[in-house]
Amino acid sequence: MRDRNLIVAGLVAFLALLTFPVWYNRAAGTTSRPPELKLPAREKQCVAPVSYMRNSHMQLLIRWREEAVRQDVRTFTAADGRTYRISLTGTCLNCHSKPDFCDRCHNYAAVKPACWDCHLDPGQIQKARGTEYAHR
Amino acid sequence: MRIDRRTLLRLAGVSLLAGAGRKVASALAAVVGSGPSAAPPPARRWAMVIDLPKCLKDESCTKCIAACHRAHNVPLISDPRHEVKWIWKASFEDAFPSQESTLTALTLRGKQVPVFCNHCADPPCVRVCPTQATWKRPDGIVMMDWHRCIGCRYCMVACPYGSRSFNWVDPRPYLAELNPDFPTRTKGVVEKCTLCYERLEKGQLPACVEACTPKAMAFGDLDDPKSEVRRLLEARYSIRRKPELGTQPEIYYLV
Repeated sequence: MRDRNLIVAGLVAFLALLTFPVWYNRAAGTTSRPPELKLPAREKQCVAPVSYMRNSHMQLLIRWREEAVRQDVRTFTAADGRTYRISLTGTCLNCHSKPDFCDRCHNYAAVKPACWDCHLDPGQIQKARGTEYAHR
Repeated sequence: MRIDRRTLLRLAGVSLLAGAGRKVASALAAVVGSGPSAAPPPARRWAMVIDLPKCLKDESCTKCIAACHRAHNVPLISDPRHEVKWIWKASFEDAFPSQESTLTALTLRGKQVPVFCNHCADPPCVRVCPTQATWKRPDGIVMMDWHRCIGCRYCMVACPYGSRSFNWVDPRPYLAELNPDFPTRTKGVVEKCTLCYERLEKGQLPACVEACTPKAMAFGDLDDPKSEVRRLLEARYSIRRKPELGTQPEIYYLV
């Protein structure tokens, strides 16, 4: 047991190295905090409850996609009876901001949905043009 | 009470039959029940009639092309190998090769006529699509689902009218102005005219028809005897592109 000090010091060094990311983030103030999302100002209720949208908005969007493109179903009736036009740019982006809502969470979760390869963000175009975008 | 083997088998057989009978009865009830309650979709057969003499009064006019391509974010790519087009102009001989030796060709030879997807009643592109990314809607529109297109280009080989274009490059840099109400496409998918399904559902006419100032394009329901397209087709002589192929185009040209 003559190496006790050496062993303890080694263990401490090992633990410090192992937990380094935790301390480092704590010190830098970048502790794993969820992304700050900018919520729509004028609407309080999305097409479904927040818990459902948070977990399953992608399933809902795929359902919307199939219905709108393939079955020519263009309206969605929410559980509370309200009806919405099925449209990513027309309905979702009418309330939500793509850069301040969709992108922030997707970047945080490191997912790259292919939606924006084709679908356009009216807000971005409006900014580029310098004109007000009114959805028809 | 003792049950002998024969009685047991008989009982088992009867109960099996009873079970199967109930299944059949419920299936029949479902079929009969769903029949009258499901409302039939509105019977529509969209068609377009192009009055060539009217259209050709101004051969340099490209209003239909501009309106369509602006409405649907169709890129303007100068390299002919990469070009994307929904509606364009072709010489009469190229558009109507089987009309070459008839009298109609005498007046129309060399003229540039507008051509686009024919929304065939029997579309060969639909038959070959392996993912059902293109299909025939009940109202006659040959529709595209760009989410599902895998870019195999079978449909481009199958289409005898060259109505389909492939996105060899990302189209966005080639768009001067973006219409946020309609998506662009992405590299690797096929696209074509969709008869303005997104405008029809809002009760608007297709963009090309609306933009045509000489009113040379008529759009309507062929199943409706009072529609303008029916009236025109009953009154005038019309031709279709490559009728010998049996694809039954729904775009008619008055000559």
